[in-house]
Amino acid sequence: MITLDAKIPDGPLEQKWSRYRSTAKLVSPANRKNLKIVVVGTGLAGSSLAASLGEMGYQVTCFCFQDSARRAHSVAAQGGVNACKNYKNDGDTVFRMFYDTIKGGDFRSREANVYRLAECSANLIDQAVAQGVPFAREYSGYLSNRSFGGVQVSRTFYARGQTGQQLLLGAYQALMRQVAAGTVTLFPRHEMLDLVTIDGKARGVIVRNMDNGAVERHGAHAVVLASGGFGKIYYLSTLAMGCNASAIWRAHKRGAFFGNPSWTQIHPTCLPQSGDYQSKLTLMSESLRNDGRIWVPKNQEEHRAPNNIPESDRDYYLERRYPAFGNLSPRDISSRAAKERIDAGYGVGPLKNAVYLDFSRAIAEQGRQRIEEKYGNLFRMYQKITGVDAYREPMRISPAAHFSMGGLWVDYELMTTIPGLYALGEANFADHGANRLGANSLLQACVDGYFIAPATIPNYLAGEIKSGPISVDHPAFADTEEAALRQLQQLLGIQGTTPSDHFHKALGTILYDKCGLSRSRAGLEEAIRQIRSLRDQFYADLLIPGGPDLNSELEKAGRIADYLELGELMCYDALTREESCGAHFREEYQTPDGEAVRNDRDFAFTSAWEWIGVGQEPVLHKESLQFDYVTPTVRSYK
Amino acid sequence: MRMQLKIWRQESQAKQGRLVDYDLPNVNPDMSFLEMLDMLNEQLVRQRERPVEFDHDCREGICGQCGVMINGRAHGPLPNTTTCQLHMRTFKDGDTIYVEPFRAAAFPIKCDLKVDRSAFDRIVQAGGYTSASTGGAPEANSIPIRHDVAEAAFDAAACIGCGACVATCKNSSAALFTSAKITHLALLPQGQIETRRRVRQMVLQTDKEGFGHCSNTEACQVECPQQISVLYIARMNWEYNRAVFY
Repeated sequence: MITLDAKIPDGPLEQKWSRYRSTAKLVSPANRKNLKIVVVGTGLAGSSLAASLGEMGYQVTCFCFQDSARRAHSVAAQGGVNACKNYKNDGDTVFRMFYDTIKGGDFRSREANVYRLAECSANLIDQAVAQGVPFAREYSGYLSNRSFGGVQVSRTFYARGQTGQQLLLGAYQALMRQVAAGTVTLFPRHEMLDLVTIDGKARGVIVRNMDNGAVERHGAHAVVLASGGFGKIYYLSTLAMGCNASAIWRAHKRGAFFGNPSWTQIHPTCLPQSGDYQSKLTLMSESLRNDGRIWVPKNQEEHRAPNNIPESDRDYYLERRYPAFGNLSPRDISSRAAKERIDAGYGVGPLKNAVYLDFSRAIAEQGRQRIEEKYGNLFRMYQKITGVDAYREPMRISPAAHFSMGGLWVDYELMTTIPGLYALGEANFADHGANRLGANSLLQACVDGYFIAPATIPNYLAGEIKSGPISVDHPAFADTEEAALRQLQQLLGIQGTTPSDHFHKALGTILYDKCGLSRSRAGLEEAIRQIRSLRDQFYADLLIPGGPDLNSELEKAGRIADYLELGELMCYDALTREESCGAHFREEYQTPDGEAVRNDRDFAFTSAWEWIGVGQEPVLHKESLQFDYVTPTVRSYK
Repeated sequence: MRMQLKIWRQESQAKQGRLVDYDLPNVNPDMSFLEMLDMLNEQLVRQRERPVEFDHDCREGICGQCGVMINGRAHGPLPNTTTCQLHMRTFKDGDTIYVEPFRAAAFPIKCDLKVDRSAFDRIVQAGGYTSASTGGAPEANSIPIRHDVAEAAFDAAACIGCGACVATCKNSSAALFTSAKITHLALLPQGQIETRRRVRQMVLQTDKEGFGHCSNTEACQVECPQQISVLYIARMNWEYNRAVFY
């Protein structure tokens, strides 16, 4: 069995990262222009890395499937980005932020990685401000902060409800500057079809130009996947329509292990489903829970409009069950509590699938203008979609698939199990454990891209200086390209009767039902059987009109083909983890009052799955988690 | 609801395009406009016809990828709303809806409703950034910025780059897009140092891309999903004159 080496540096926790940086190998400025790096994805992680490497003088080739790098889905993150500046003098330190993140992740992440995330957070705010990111400011001119779920300090920096957009524009502009300088070559509307490996090392990618269908080869000394998360596998999710797992999944099939695939964050505050035509569930930022109170009626047969239901007939269930954190309880706990009330028959709305998020008290206390300043764009968005004015009556919200804590397994250097292949941001499994805290995703993507990978990738590239240019005429490129073309032809050739979306929706229903907020052995075994059968139907009955050139149905089908394999792996992962932790709630492992029961003796590990073949049981490897600086406790927010 | 659609179909940039009629019964008023197009496409695929190609991604109004002309208006009949945030309840049963791509010489059509907006990226490449390389940034609170200045910079920075301003302008001017970025960075101390070079180069690039000039009809402001103000165009002109003459 392969032993997984996380390559965590020696020494005390607070010195590991500086020791690493002091001893990592370097590439001299003269050699950098001879080294080529492929970056897949232009979200916060991809853009920030490509720009930073370009500034250092490397040759970077960067791809995104959107029509502009600025549209990557980091743009949609609303609420904020965490950093332990302690500007509020409320007791924040690097250690406290590290502890909050480890605890929030239910003690299923690596201490050294999480500490580094907290350590680098303060510098990120400096970098973003220098780029012109217009964070919210106090009347004094100094930066403002707010609170997010799962913590008791105010360490979240924000730019109204568009923090992701503003951070991404900062990174995008830095990237554009490097494109103009000629260090970065950018290919929008290109999707990665496969990873090319030579002698076990990542040596390039096969990509498809989505505007004309041309399949191209790109060689590199290192390949970085910053392709985001795969929550869209559930079909209905907060993600963009194009978000996909294809880059990381195809790398997985080439030998990169997949870490904790089943850990998907189901976000508690999204717009509920209203019909079967729906294509996405829009997120309403967690920041709303700073001022909004969540409740359901106390009576199952409640027919009054929300404003006519008196206080005595309302159940503020988060405040009741978790008085210490109340409406700002972490996401997994808030989502599960909502599901519990909805399943018990107390849901609201026409489909009884939602709970209320009520601002009447905040508006009475602070005035409408203050609430408008904080959340104006969110209230506007809510009204556009639902037609309801949330200043007058409570919002209706419901949990929806949101963030992938799982992703490619990476070591401390963010390198996967394939030498020379890196995974950054949401595409890797690191840092968030079994549950991500709000405002930590923007942070992780930025820290990975601006600070960590630019320090760790040269440590590998230093050994590649003698390799010379990577020729795309190597047989490995031809073979991989041929395999990619064969797959496109296979999908186009099925010519059945059913459009690809049908299979995506069916897969989403199976996963929400059996591998979503709540899982069980019987359900997961059933789900594996159902997904296999759905995959057989897909390859027998898929219908794609048109040819291999510009064809959005072909793009979708390729992504769904990968989801149909990844979905199965998610179920295996959830099945073998016989405990409840974070977002992973196994019905068999709970207390009598419905709280999660974690099992540190048997399951304090990261799962790292090895691909064997389609329809074959994958092989589980384990990276055991050691806790030298914190003691895993029962995670209580009561 | 029943909808009569007249949609621009054009196989590629080189081919001729034309409006094609589609009859769509059973439209749900709560559907978004793009979900209505999804429904049409599912129907087309089942009939083995090429579906309508259109750009879209986040479907929550922030990525800026969607955008079509609906009955002659960029993003449709509602002011300041992206196409993905437009819902069918805005229309009446039996309505005829014309759906066309954003049209401008600088936005060539790729296929059906998809257009090439890479000119916007090149305008940003010309100078829409601060030259702050990773690693050299000072402590974030070392330069205080007045609350109202930060808020004003945000208002300008909120542009999503969808191109509705260009599509709706009779001159196909990119003045609103370009001026928003110039204003965002000119307001902040971090961006001020490079303002002169930035404004000259970005304005030059808009000309090179083939966008028209602004003649102050202010039509762009009406359609802009982020309510970007035309006052930024005045600011851009002022900054430009200052950069050229002083």
